[in-house]
Amino acid sequence: MGKQMGRLLVCPPDYFGIEYEINPWMRVSNAADSEKSKAQWHELARVLEEDVGAKLERMTPVKGLPDLVFTANAGVVHDGKAVISRFRHPERQGEEEHFERWFREHGYHVILLEKDCYFEGAGDLLGFPDIWFGGYRQRSDIKAYTVLSQIYGKEILPLELVSGQFYHLDTCFCPLSGGELLYYPAAFDTYAQATIVHHVEAARRIVVPQAEAERFACNAVCVGTHVVLSAGCPETMAMLKDRGYIPHAVELDQFLKSGGSAKCLTLALD
Amino acid sequence: MVTETVTLEGHIIDSLILPKVLDTILQMGGAFDLSKIHVGATRKESSHAEIRVHAETTHLLEEILQAIQAHGAVVAGAVDCALEPAPKDGVLPDSFYATSHLPTQVRVNGQWLDVEAIEMDLAIRVVRDPLHARTVPMAEVKAGDMIVTGRQGVRVFPLERPKERDVFAFMEAHVSSERPHRHVIADVAHRMRMIRDNRQKALNEGEAACDPELGTKVLIVGGPAIVHAGGREALSWLIDSGFIHVLFCGNALPAHDMEASIFGTSLGYGLCAGHAVPHGHEHHLRTINRVRAAGGIKQAVESGLIKDGIMASCIRKNIDMVLAGSIRDDGPLPDVITDTLQAQAAMRAALPGVGLAIMVATTLHAIATGNCLPAKVPTVCVDINPAVPTKLSDRGSFQAVGLVMDSSSFLRELAQELSWHG
Repeated sequence: MGKQMGRLLVCPPDYFGIEYEINPWMRVSNAADSEKSKAQWHELARVLEEDVGAKLERMTPVKGLPDLVFTANAGVVHDGKAVISRFRHPERQGEEEHFERWFREHGYHVILLEKDCYFEGAGDLLGFPDIWFGGYRQRSDIKAYTVLSQIYGKEILPLELVSGQFYHLDTCFCPLSGGELLYYPAAFDTYAQATIVHHVEAARRIVVPQAEAERFACNAVCVGTHVVLSAGCPETMAMLKDRGYIPHAVELDQFLKSGGSAKCLTLALD
Repeated sequence: MVTETVTLEGHIIDSLILPKVLDTILQMGGAFDLSKIHVGATRKESSHAEIRVHAETTHLLEEILQAIQAHGAVVAGAVDCALEPAPKDGVLPDSFYATSHLPTQVRVNGQWLDVEAIEMDLAIRVVRDPLHARTVPMAEVKAGDMIVTGRQGVRVFPLERPKERDVFAFMEAHVSSERPHRHVIADVAHRMRMIRDNRQKALNEGEAACDPELGTKVLIVGGPAIVHAGGREALSWLIDSGFIHVLFCGNALPAHDMEASIFGTSLGYGLCAGHAVPHGHEHHLRTINRVRAAGGIKQAVESGLIKDGIMASCIRKNIDMVLAGSIRDDGPLPDVITDTLQAQAAMRAALPGVGLAIMVATTLHAIATGNCLPAKVPTVCVDINPAVPTKLSDRGSFQAVGLVMDSSSFLRELAQELSWHG
């Protein structure tokens, strides 16, 4: 969290598709093109490995779990401890056992939350080295952050998400390695906006315009000075360049149909 | 004013969650005391606050609690109620929770449920799919029913005073023949008028248009002294005029009422002449026999055997009647329910919608009805014997207003208050 995300967990999109509707982006009638989505995912993997120099850990896809590709929601990993997600929607709850197995098999200390404590992993928990932020109200429960704060010994400030479009924190909030924050204020309630302003000084806040927020510009993967994000976000790319980052645009429109983009497709590992 | 204590934990200061929760309480019309607060000494350490939330009504309190729970407020000390299966049909678990007639909630899966059909001295059965809680009489419980046991996870709310500033707002039993009763009768009459209007509204514009708190039915619980003492015409007029909608009584009230219709006597006394007529003591038996021959009260009225009086009015106005039998009954009339459990069930079935209960000249039926009534139903108990309203109150129906007076005088004054010219 907040450190250089050199090693990322991903899951190939063999069984990706729009099979149900659990966020405003998803329409079963607006099917994802299987070939295109595979090509886009492999291009993202290539950029991450070849252009950015990240190391990718590939999970085995599972038939019937179309959203397993969104590994950001596997859980959260820090200090060798992996807290596995508890999905709010039954459609995704089947993913939990696969994520749990992967972490056990890879030597992590696995921690499970209580059954009725919804928490959707790094989709909702992001931060800088000294302070973390937890999105709540849409998917994760605020009470999860009291428990996570004890597990990791970190201050976690809950932020209320008020728009169904930006249902996970990582859809509208992206801490960068240099301490800057890429974010879209309208996705938060006024208290959360004030909290962000109070904890991230003005010079470090990069506000993404609405049109690009809706292209999921904030759903970006930051590894060192590299930032990989969805294509179609020129203003965000320019702002990143101004601050010394190297932005990489990847077309991910097939995944946007499911309400996900670059960051959703990866999980930072220790 | 109702209060609930909640706790809030985590990094609630820096994240502005605490001010947000407090603002939410105020914005929704509630109030709070920040009864305890512990601020974490380091940034890593979480903070803890205890907040007492106040609201005018239980409904508003529930709404506020629901709104702030999303921000992490947890109702302090709240635990689910304990549930145990009934060991066999008609037998409750040993430590079953015995109800009062006050509004009650039970907590199941973290959610407070209103107990439906609240009534004193029953148990509470929790049913899933859809999740709800409802009172259940001991005799009706089935083996395996999930019954609330112990006291945890159960809360009882004090009675909210009725909106109208009438005699029922004080909910005290004024049991004395020395007190003036005119204002009590005027208040009863006023409430009967409001309920009749409310009922009319429900009939004309649909249930949604009426005031559910006020009720759409007036219940009268009566004993035979109404007929003996001369209150028959006044009560018939009240029924004919649409002020009464449910009648609870035994065998005697209808028997003597119909005796009066056939023979002009009540328990053998000429109602007009005022003296015993020869063989008059047989009249009620002959009346019961003729009604049995006719097949029932409805048939007796419709065939013309019974021409006037309380029963004739009830049949004509399609009043919901529950006639509950007792061990000393003559006959009884075919309409009398002789199985006490069935009679209780029939009384309960007639209660939804009752907004006023008037008990006149009966001890047994008044107490039986008091046992089935939620405390929020305004109740007046009229008897010439002060022991009856006192007994009703002592048996738990504290909401009943007692009036010590002759039943006939009461009914006549009440009818006159409602513009009867008899």
